Amino acid sequence: MIAPAKPDLVTVNIDGKEIAVPKGTNVIEAARLVNVDVPHYCYHPKLSIVGNCRMCLIEMGMPAVDPSTKAAIMDPATGKQKINWIPRPQIGCGTNVSPGLHVKTLSPMVKDAREGVMEFLLINHPLDCPICDQAGECKLQEQATGYGRGYSRFIEQKNVKPKRTQLGPRVTLDDERCILCSRCIRFSKEIVKDDVLGFVDRGSYSTLTCYPGKKLENNYSLNTVDICPVGALTSSDFRFKMRVWFLKQTNAIDTESSVGANTVVWSREGVIYRITPRRNDDVNDTWLADSARVLFKAVKASDRLTAIKINGTDGALDVAVNAAAELFKSNSAPGAIAVVGSGRSSVEEQFLTRKLADALKASTQLVSRVGQGDQLLISADRNPNVRGALVTGLITALPFGELTGLGAQIDAGKVKVIVAINEDLAAAGLTSAQLTKVSVVYLGSHFNASSAAAKVVLPTLSPFEKSGTFVNQQFRIQKFFKAVPGPVGATDDLMVLAKLVTAAAGLTLPAEINALWKVIAAEVPALGTMAFANLPETGLLLDATPFAALPFAEGETLHYKPAQPAVAAATA
Amino acid sequence: MPAPAQRRIIFQHIDEPGYTNDIGCYVRNGGYEVLKKAVGRKPEELIDEVKKSGLRGRGGAGFPCGVKWGLVDRKSGKPIYLIVNADESEPGTFKDRYIMHQDPHQLIEGTMISCFANNVKQAYIYIRGEMPHGARILEKAIAEARAANFVGPNILGTGYSCEIFVHRGAGAYICGEETGLIESLEGKRANPRIKPPYFPAVLGLYQCPTIVNNVETLCHVKYIAEHGGEAYSKIGTPGNTGTRIFCVSGHVQRPGYYEFPAGTITMGQLLNEVCGGPLPGRTFKAVIPGGSSAKILRFGERFKGKRKVGAEMLDYDWGVEDVPMDFDSLGMIGTMGGSGGVIVMDDTVNMVEALANINAFYSHESCGQCTPCREGSLWMKKISSRMVHGLARPEDAALLKSVADQIPGRTICAFGEACSWPTQSFIAKFGDEFKQYSETKKTAKPEGAHELV
Repeated sequence: MIAPAKPDLVTVNIDGKEIAVPKGTNVIEAARLVNVDVPHYCYHPKLSIVGNCRMCLIEMGMPAVDPSTKAAIMDPATGKQKINWIPRPQIGCGTNVSPGLHVKTLSPMVKDAREGVMEFLLINHPLDCPICDQAGECKLQEQATGYGRGYSRFIEQKNVKPKRTQLGPRVTLDDERCILCSRCIRFSKEIVKDDVLGFVDRGSYSTLTCYPGKKLENNYSLNTVDICPVGALTSSDFRFKMRVWFLKQTNAIDTESSVGANTVVWSREGVIYRITPRRNDDVNDTWLADSARVLFKAVKASDRLTAIKINGTDGALDVAVNAAAELFKSNSAPGAIAVVGSGRSSVEEQFLTRKLADALKASTQLVSRVGQGDQLLISADRNPNVRGALVTGLITALPFGELTGLGAQIDAGKVKVIVAINEDLAAAGLTSAQLTKVSVVYLGSHFNASSAAAKVVLPTLSPFEKSGTFVNQQFRIQKFFKAVPGPVGATDDLMVLAKLVTAAAGLTLPAEINALWKVIAAEVPALGTMAFANLPETGLLLDATPFAALPFAEGETLHYKPAQPAVAAATA
Repeated sequence: MPAPAQRRIIFQHIDEPGYTNDIGCYVRNGGYEVLKKAVGRKPEELIDEVKKSGLRGRGGAGFPCGVKWGLVDRKSGKPIYLIVNADESEPGTFKDRYIMHQDPHQLIEGTMISCFANNVKQAYIYIRGEMPHGARILEKAIAEARAANFVGPNILGTGYSCEIFVHRGAGAYICGEETGLIESLEGKRANPRIKPPYFPAVLGLYQCPTIVNNVETLCHVKYIAEHGGEAYSKIGTPGNTGTRIFCVSGHVQRPGYYEFPAGTITMGQLLNEVCGGPLPGRTFKAVIPGGSSAKILRFGERFKGKRKVGAEMLDYDWGVEDVPMDFDSLGMIGTMGGSGGVIVMDDTVNMVEALANINAFYSHESCGQCTPCREGSLWMKKISSRMVHGLARPEDAALLKSVADQIPGRTICAFGEACSWPTQSFIAKFGDEFKQYSETKKTAKPEGAHELV
């Protein structure tokens, strides 16, 4: 027996195990807490409950009480209160816990119900697992193995339905595989509010389709592929490319805005095949924008920088660092050097950028990247890590508009050298005339006007090729990891920055992330008690109060309200 | 024992020569007098009368109407809706259609009384899509009633206002299921809702408390308001009060509709005396007593057990002919009174072919929302039509039964029961015919036999 439940907790008994769960929990989630699997298809924790797949049928009972006296009726055989079992199986998804609820998930009635539902789901299913993209991550496949009978009694003709409907630019539908769970319909309606999907026809001939004249083309359409429990909805991009069990999964963070949606990067032998959301109930739930899923295409882009250049000629890293050091030395007047950091750099990179700027007595600025938020998972601030720059002290004010101030200083002849870190100065507002007046040291992954104009070009890595942390709009510090190796010729940003700091100040800083975090923890009070290895996968909230007065660009998005900035959580 | 006389309280004027469905004729026959009196009473009184009457819903489930009204959430502050379920789709049932076609004002009066009793300001008549004529008649009747101030604002000067709208379905059996009906009325696919939490009495139409009553039930309410619950409860037998309308179809001499005090007539009296017995030279083989989804009865089988009569328990030993036609007796012998659609089959009927027909209907009408009914109904149809049109195997009987057993009790709505009970009962009672069907098929069909579905 467990201790008496708190008022907001309800004690239930699942397969003989007692557990106290919060009120309003359904049986599937309660069972999960005691490691009991209740198989299901249509139920999704973030969508409304329709109870249509009938896979989560469980046997349910309540303690017996005398109707007149309300006294417990005891079972003489066991000495415990008698349980009145409901003679019909009930759905686990639609049944919320109530005090004393008893649940059996392994009884003959439940087994029989599951076998029946599994058989029904499979009779009109094409069973084309060998050519199905979902194989390996298919709930139908898993649960048929776990709860099915293992043989077929169906000798009739299977239903014929459309095999490759293009629901939208990114989603392909195989209606024969569809088990009509309606998750995709509910997602489109409830989460994206783009109600374009629906069923036509009746009974077993029901067919998922778009409303006439509409397309599933919103920026969240690929979530329907994620939540499809079978291989009906497939990503047109990933379709037929790779077996999922060959892919390595790496946890990462979406870099397209300050929301910081948690992701998984799926790669094999140095090639990324897809990006999917990773559940984080405080950030992105289980969703991810379509636009975040194509970011990996930049990894193999033809404009990747792969050669270190010094005044236009190829050279080694140390030669380039020395060339930069020469530039720094010859422009040692205070303010002669400007550092343009990036809100797309990791916290670690921003920390080293700050160290570099300190050593060079350089001014620092960030490039502002403000767009329109979609109120869901893309915020107005398209930099993933502006708050990281605030926390590390790289900047003290928010970046705003174009780099006109820096341009004026160039025109006034004050600034002679610019260290640009993964930011195109031309795109950020400097004119090509201004760029010719200064010497640019460019660190970055892709070719642009700044890298073309730069005296020293130091190719670095894309976010998929390195590890680090970002601080999102909630001031939640979140980790991302290296999924694939960088291209030959590109060097880890931390290594390049550490070498530049050494060249500029004679100070040796570690370029390895765990070692670097020891330095960061010692110098950045907000991160004082943390270590990279110990950060939880779902992130940690930092104290946002020092920055509460800043006019952040973000509007409301999922799990974020700008009027009430995320308040400090314990950083232990 | 000779059959009792018909007692027509709902069908009083049906097929009456000279009786028309306009308001003038209705008023000449004493129409709307009950409403006039009812709006002068306290609503609670009317609800009490209905509770006292013991009236059970005539849509099929036989749920006590007073209890249904008692479950309505009246404290939520939301409007209460009343929906008239006129989606009479159960094969074998054709009672509501006659009320709507020939005596629509009786329904409107019953509806308005029920609305007044439950403080309903808005009522809908959801009429089956296949009954366009009925919908037109109702529209006209409502307009007449509105012109006479029986419907609409400030009814009869009492300050009470209530509107009735007719909504036509689009031809789906599942719209007769009350939560499916509500979805359909809201403009969506008629997918029945899960209960809990969507009990219509609490979260019905537009998430407001809603009463869904059958056409016939509301006509009974009118009678109860007129004569009192006490008087009504004396008609019929205890627990099965009032009259029942039987829609007899199939192989009898005089098919049609007959209204009797509930429980006073037996199946044998109904079929042999009232309906004139089997066609010449034939014998009764089977009967479905409450619409096609009710479990079939086989003539010749015996039902034994104990039943409660008054305060004591009595043994009973019935043949099909001896069964009193009421909810409880039919329930006791493993079938149901349902909607009162009595479908009679004689010895010319092949049960496999009859079941293939029923299965084709239910697989066509499954909404497709939840798995067991969606897949099971079509699978059963595929098996039974393969037996009829293709290769019948002796093991198909067991397979059909096993498929049917996987459906009831596991679905969102009662359609799971409706589509599986025919198969379960046909196999249980005529299993031999199914096992031997591959042989039977080889004998030639009689001249003029109908094409199979």
